[in-house]
Amino acid sequence: MAGRPARRLAWWLVFLAQLAPLGYLIWAIPTHQLGYEPVVDSLRFLGQSALYLLLIGLAITPLQRLMPRLGLIDYRRMVGLYAFFYATLHAALWLIVDRQLELAAIWEDMLEREHITFGVIAFLLLLTLAVTSTKGWMRHLGRRWRLLHRLVYPATALAVFHFFLSVKLDTRTPLILAGVLILLLLARPLTRWWTGRRARH
Amino acid sequence: MPHRMRPPRAPRESEVTDPRLALNRPARRAFIRSVMGAGAALALPGCSRAAEDVPLAEQLTERKAVTGYNNYYELGTGKTDPKQNAGALAKLIERLDPWSVVVDGEVSRPGRFTLDELVGLHAPEERIYRMRCVEGWSMVIPWEGLPLKALLDRVEPTSQARFVRFETVYERDHPLPGQERQVLDWPYVEGLRLDEALHPLTLLATGVYGDPLPPQNGAPLRLVVPWKYGFKGGKSLVRISLVREMPTSSWMVAVPREYGFYANVNPNVEHPRWSQATERRIGEWGRRDTLMFNGYADEVASLYRGMDLKKHF
Repeated sequence: MAGRPARRLAWWLVFLAQLAPLGYLIWAIPTHQLGYEPVVDSLRFLGQSALYLLLIGLAITPLQRLMPRLGLIDYRRMVGLYAFFYATLHAALWLIVDRQLELAAIWEDMLEREHITFGVIAFLLLLTLAVTSTKGWMRHLGRRWRLLHRLVYPATALAVFHFFLSVKLDTRTPLILAGVLILLLLARPLTRWWTGRRARH
Repeated sequence: MPHRMRPPRAPRESEVTDPRLALNRPARRAFIRSVMGAGAALALPGCSRAAEDVPLAEQLTERKAVTGYNNYYELGTGKTDPKQNAGALAKLIERLDPWSVVVDGEVSRPGRFTLDELVGLHAPEERIYRMRCVEGWSMVIPWEGLPLKALLDRVEPTSQARFVRFETVYERDHPLPGQERQVLDWPYVEGLRLDEALHPLTLLATGVYGDPLPPQNGAPLRLVVPWKYGFKGGKSLVRISLVREMPTSSWMVAVPREYGFYANVNPNVEHPRWSQATERRIGEWGRRDTLMFNGYADEVASLYRGMDLKKHF
């Protein structure tokens, strides 16, 4: 195992790397890299950033089983919280800038536009997970904490579905992400079986 | 920021006309300068007063946005794809040179018109129109072109003609980048009722911002119907057919629940995906109220008298 300073450095690198999408966005909007509709362009970019981080987070557990020495599990909570961070920016931009905090319009969106309905549910699930991600809550909930945090799977699935519904016609990207999610769901039992087999030999 | 945009105030002439454009185009005064607005009558040639009466504070959308943020699925589904893939259409235009449009169907004098012949049918006009996309954004665009009516009058629709069908270029052997996948049912088809097509606001555009249309805006020739959602404006047209039956547009085939034949801009008819009550003008952060018929109600509402616009969306 690497020494303490190396691990500290790695932690900071991983921490800063996940700010890169935000840095990119701050550069890309005024230079029109993503288009000429800053609100919508940012919404899409922040939402996709959250989704990619959720999927990366879900890959950590199976990877940890395959390559325990890398210690990737140390980053799982951080990646999950970053996903929540981008999802929060995404939701805040929608509420404050796009809908200008007009409650009637927000309510109508939530009820009548299914992509928003699913997005809101996904966000509330992520909010629950973020709040209960602390050591205190882990202790407090005990065994139930693991069960609760399995909600990350439906939350991610809802987020992918939210993305799929919000796309006008070209659904390639959300479909690819749905495929990745299915692979990650399969990876859990597969890696458990694999590590179990290895342990027996 | 909780309140919506204030109702627009009257613009000055300088807000409606880009001065550079005015300077560059000496023939401008001869053009019909028309139609920015709610309640604005169609301005007549030489009638400069009309512009002062237009009750809307609206500025031209910057050229970079008009020519860099486009929905043109033949050149890709992303908003910046069409500009990036413009070269493919430029090449196709070169290969097909001279570009021509077949006008056929229920007409007494069908024919094939080259671009030059089309442009020669009518003195060029500049039209500054709002463009409202069904996705909830809008622009103000200075087009140049000729009224579609000039062409239709030339080919003399028969009494059987009730609709007009517009077809976008699709060379099976040389597909444009976006046509290599069946995202939409190629070729792109759009349609208008004959009276809509003959309406003086309906434009065959050949230029934008004082230049010939760039590929991403539908070079060399496209339809502009300012009171309808933008997708009604078929681009890079190769065939215009007068027909008896209502044409089925590509979007009606793709998502019938979301896109109807008429597609009139209407803040009261909800779209399942986007609210149509408001819109965001490109270049602005807030939202504006969407106007009935995109602000052209005085000119076009009579076309739909007695129709249930919720049903005929």
